[in-house]
Amino acid sequence: MATVTPVKPPEKAVPPPVSANPMRDHPLTAWLFLAPYLVLFGGFVLLPIGLGLWMSLHSWDPRLPAKPFIGLENYADLIDPGSVSFDPFWNSMQATGIFTLFSVPLLIVVPLAVAVVMNERFPGRNLFRAVYFAPYVLGVAVVGVVWRFLLDANIGLVNHYLGVIGLSGNIPWLSSLPEAWVALVGVTVWWTLGFNAVIFLAGLQDIPREQYEAAELDGASTWQSFRNVTLPNLRPVTAFVLMITIIASANMFGQSFIMTNGAPGTETRTAIFEIANTGLREFAMGEAAAASWILTVLLIIASLGVFWFFREKEEGGRS
Amino acid sequence: MNRTPSSTEQSPIPSVFTRRRFLSLSALTTAALVTGCGGGTTVGGSEEGVGGFEGTYDGPAVTLDYWNGFTGGDGPAMDALVKRFNADQKNITVKQNTIEWGDFYTRLPAAAGAGQGPDVGAMHLDQIATQAATKIIVPVDDVASALGLTEDDFAASVWQPGIYQDKRYGIPLDVHCLAMYYNKDHFEKAGIDSPPTDAASLEEACQKLQQAGGVEFPFWMPNQWPAHLMFLSLLWQFGGEPYGGDGTEATFGSEEGVKALTWMKEQVDKGFSPANVDIDAQYTAFKNGQNSITWDGIWQINDLEESGMNWGIAPLPTIGEQLASWANSHNFFLTSQAAQDTNSANAAKVFIGWMSQQSAAWSDAGMIPALNEARESPEYENSPQAALGEQVDNLHFLPAVPGLGTVQAETLELAVNAAILGQKPVEEALSEAQSNATELMQKNAEKFGG
Repeated sequence: MATVTPVKPPEKAVPPPVSANPMRDHPLTAWLFLAPYLVLFGGFVLLPIGLGLWMSLHSWDPRLPAKPFIGLENYADLIDPGSVSFDPFWNSMQATGIFTLFSVPLLIVVPLAVAVVMNERFPGRNLFRAVYFAPYVLGVAVVGVVWRFLLDANIGLVNHYLGVIGLSGNIPWLSSLPEAWVALVGVTVWWTLGFNAVIFLAGLQDIPREQYEAAELDGASTWQSFRNVTLPNLRPVTAFVLMITIIASANMFGQSFIMTNGAPGTETRTAIFEIANTGLREFAMGEAAAASWILTVLLIIASLGVFWFFREKEEGGRS
Repeated sequence: MNRTPSSTEQSPIPSVFTRRRFLSLSALTTAALVTGCGGGTTVGGSEEGVGGFEGTYDGPAVTLDYWNGFTGGDGPAMDALVKRFNADQKNITVKQNTIEWGDFYTRLPAAAGAGQGPDVGAMHLDQIATQAATKIIVPVDDVASALGLTEDDFAASVWQPGIYQDKRYGIPLDVHCLAMYYNKDHFEKAGIDSPPTDAASLEEACQKLQQAGGVEFPFWMPNQWPAHLMFLSLLWQFGGEPYGGDGTEATFGSEEGVKALTWMKEQVDKGFSPANVDIDAQYTAFKNGQNSITWDGIWQINDLEESGMNWGIAPLPTIGEQLASWANSHNFFLTSQAAQDTNSANAAKVFIGWMSQQSAAWSDAGMIPALNEARESPEYENSPQAALGEQVDNLHFLPAVPGLGTVQAETLELAVNAAILGQKPVEEALSEAQSNATELMQKNAEKFGG
């Protein structure tokens, strides 16, 4: 009865087809496949990084033939409160910090909520998904110019309609604080929430249905199953979204360049704005490169912080 | 929005791609300049220009690359001039390339460094020193002497700022300044017979416009472009000077500067202007009939003519003690690239000479001809800008100091912005900006070698 057909062991280890072709084993093969990417990566990432470091050690004006080596002076100027470069740079870092602090939480919570709703079944779901994602396909120039007109304090539509419905019709959205931050954060959330929502939506669709069924059998409420099934399963996706959102927010430039032009004064001038200004308008490229390096190092630290935070929680949760 | 001329404008910053390309090009800059100096065809070295130009060109056929930034209402007038020049000449062909002024001053150094730049071009007077100090352009003293041009042939004070370190780098085509535009319908409704000419009549006009004219805010005070040009005009009206000490010192925080900026802020405090005027809103609102008076550059003339509104133009009222307005000028230049070849250089000089004589026809662009005799031509006398009358004899140009434009953008412009928005008291904003500007100017003087 118990006739089990024995699985015939392979008589002879068949060499995997990979080795059949001597070309595949050639050490150059892998490099050749990688070459197209490596050329771009080398030319547009590694080379500029190296060149930036080199430039940051010089007084580098591309228009002048002499580019004297000045060691760490560019860096020293940026961290010396008595230097004329200190205030503009750290004001812009502060502006970037404020923007990041307010935009990142909103760009996590709102897209997550949108993704949860879009994951439900209801008529017109695809239309809504498209509507939320649509602004993301626009370029920053379009978004900036359109909102600059809409938010104009005196001739903008937003204030006009606020006036029509009886609210204050002269809010200086683009030239006063904190209104300008509300405008910049609001526009950025409107513009980019679709991208984060799509990633969250993909994450939601990966959560096994059985877990929700099990939770339901245990009598979990909607909130409890969100809290104990959805959120833990989304942890890796959230870490990813958080990281790219922090980096994107810290690199904010176009919105304030076009909508407020840094006003009032230089309050909404972000770090990238200031760096671009220093390097490409004042042609002080050495100083701009040094400022970029300081920003990069701070961003690396922030990213490591996010990594550490999420790893810690994961281990804590499972032990 | 047609807020074209002046290099002091906030220049749109190019894309990342351009920046990278720019970096790699910068390495080439040095090489190109060095080869330029050693080039066999060069007479007198590219940095010094070719020299010895006699006013004509009869060498082999050449094609000249000509760059400018006439993208607004002035574009068609320049196209027509270039067409006429090409028809006139047997062996010189000019190829025009028009780039927005904002990009022009970023692209010019990069292209010139790579040997891909123009042979000849037009740029703003306040950029001449910067481009000369970085050796992108070369002297054209011989063009001026071949044409017999002297300071007396030109509008007051446009001649000197074209000189950097005792050499002439620019031949002026026009001058352009600020003007007061007003809405004729509003003025009629408010019972104002003639445009205001001083602080008292301007205030009276504003009150009438509010009461009889029904305009809530008749005179919007911008805090960005062109607010700094208004401030400079007023500073000169009060008898001050923005910069001194041969380009190593900022003086715009003086008593005169404080008076000028205080007056601007007062227009908000008196209720003639809303408090927060966003970028370009004062001009858009003027065209919409939402305000009645606005100060802007004469480059807006063609735009206003197209708008179909009933507008008038008048000199700036004398708020201070004397008639004065900020001004700038489009100047022709020769590049060190063209100077490497005697034929291109001489052909380019023929072009510059020919163009500078077309000042009168250039009135169509909404500009004021730089040549005195051209301002007596019917073309100019029948143009709207002729209404500026005596103001043309009271223009003030920024001094020829390399890098001054960007210093001003980072100091004076920010102070004007902060003070009008009420973020900082007038005196504090100006004195802070002044000391920063002085420091940056001294740094620049060191960098550019005085």
